[in-house]
Amino acid sequence: MPRPHDALFLAGLIGMLGLYVLLIVSLLGALACFTSGKDLATALASEEIRYAFRLSMISCTLSALLSLWVAIPAGYLLSRFQFPGRGLIDALLDVPIVLPPLVIGLALLILFQTRLGRAVDQIVPVTFAVPSVVLAQFSVACAFAVRTMRVTFDQINPRSEQVAMTLGCSRAQAFWMVVFPEARRGILTAATLSWARSLGEFGPILVFSGATRMRTEVLPTTVYLELSVGKIEAAAAVSLIMVVAALAILILARLFGLRGTGLI
Amino acid sequence: MLSLTDVTIRQGKFTLSRLSLQIPTGHYAVLMGKTGSGKTTILEAICGLRPTASGQICLLGRDVTHLKPALRGVGYVPQDASLFSRLTVRQHLAFALTIRSWDRQRIERRVAEMAELLHIGHLLDRRPQGLSGGEAQRVALGRALAMRPGVLLLDEPLSALDAETRQEMYDLLLAVRRQQSMTVLHVTHSRSEAQTLADLLLELHADGVRLLPRDG
Repeated sequence: MPRPHDALFLAGLIGMLGLYVLLIVSLLGALACFTSGKDLATALASEEIRYAFRLSMISCTLSALLSLWVAIPAGYLLSRFQFPGRGLIDALLDVPIVLPPLVIGLALLILFQTRLGRAVDQIVPVTFAVPSVVLAQFSVACAFAVRTMRVTFDQINPRSEQVAMTLGCSRAQAFWMVVFPEARRGILTAATLSWARSLGEFGPILVFSGATRMRTEVLPTTVYLELSVGKIEAAAAVSLIMVVAALAILILARLFGLRGTGLI
Repeated sequence: MLSLTDVTIRQGKFTLSRLSLQIPTGHYAVLMGKTGSGKTTILEAICGLRPTASGQICLLGRDVTHLKPALRGVGYVPQDASLFSRLTVRQHLAFALTIRSWDRQRIERRVAEMAELLHIGHLLDRRPQGLSGGEAQRVALGRALAMRPGVLLLDEPLSALDAETRQEMYDLLLAVRRQQSMTVLHVTHSRSEAQTLADLLLELHADGVRLLPRDG
């Protein structure tokens, strides 16, 4: 039986959590109520919106995979090794998180106007093309993935991999056989976080990729384009499609991540 | 022979200077000392997990001072067992053998031997979650012993166990000592544990390692 001041404390915790959950549910509810079945059907029938949906799904998945590819080694390196400049690199990794997304897009655009950028652009067209969408999403999402992986590896006791090394493993074998399997949930969290972050990315894509229909248009661009011509119903329908897609991925990832842990 | 000759180990501001220690082959040595005196650091240096600033470490006549941990052939059981959370007990026992590319039948035979020796046959398909402290330490011991190491290092393996389990582990360690021919260095705070298990009793002081009489 909680003591009276404990009950007050618990009520405070529940109240704060409840308020925030209520806000999220209200936002989703407002979006769902505003959108009629007809608006949704019209949106889904639009070739431009179907293209934007496909590009969003593909680019977010590529961005998440690229983010993991960088974040797993980067997170492990920062977690386990001391080296000159580690503090500076650690601080630099926060730059994409704290900078306004629009500034990231502008910086990417300027980078691809340099001699090196133009040379890359001539080999693989990036600016205002599909690769720019993935690059813009990756530039921001990867920072979140690196942070997640760093915390994940920090929480895994290095003693396990040390024991593995005494049993005959090289450092690489200890990583793949002991640390990597233990980091599974962290990897999944980093993947979903970078995927979701990529899905919501708008500013850098608008600046670096443009908003060309059937070319570099992703779902947030669609919302912007529909709103800019006053089609608020279509914008709301596309927003609802984004919400459903994001929720589906997050729920699937969570179910997959918790399987075998006894929690589900 | 396990020997440390004039070994200096630096760990941040902590330094163990010019430490020397000899344990004849086949002996069971127990090293005691105050908390923070550097007992675990010595074990880590012998394993190769902590670099030495100077001196020489020899295991069974071989200078291993600059060898990687994987090449030293040392079995190491840390205080918290440090089991691999995603592997079953069977995979723990087979771990070092798989790394050494033993064939499957040989691995299965060795796993069965270890399971019988350590009384963990019923745990083989379980993962570390849910194992008791005593069971976890037996698995950690089996994981270290499976590769038939010439030297076994035990870092306070019984400190977190209740009295009954600790007595079982004494019997087990004595049985292991009888059946597996190897040199053991066991770190503990417990004088009774040391008296029960050791045939060589050592104490770590600021000025080095002293040999203590076995009866007291």
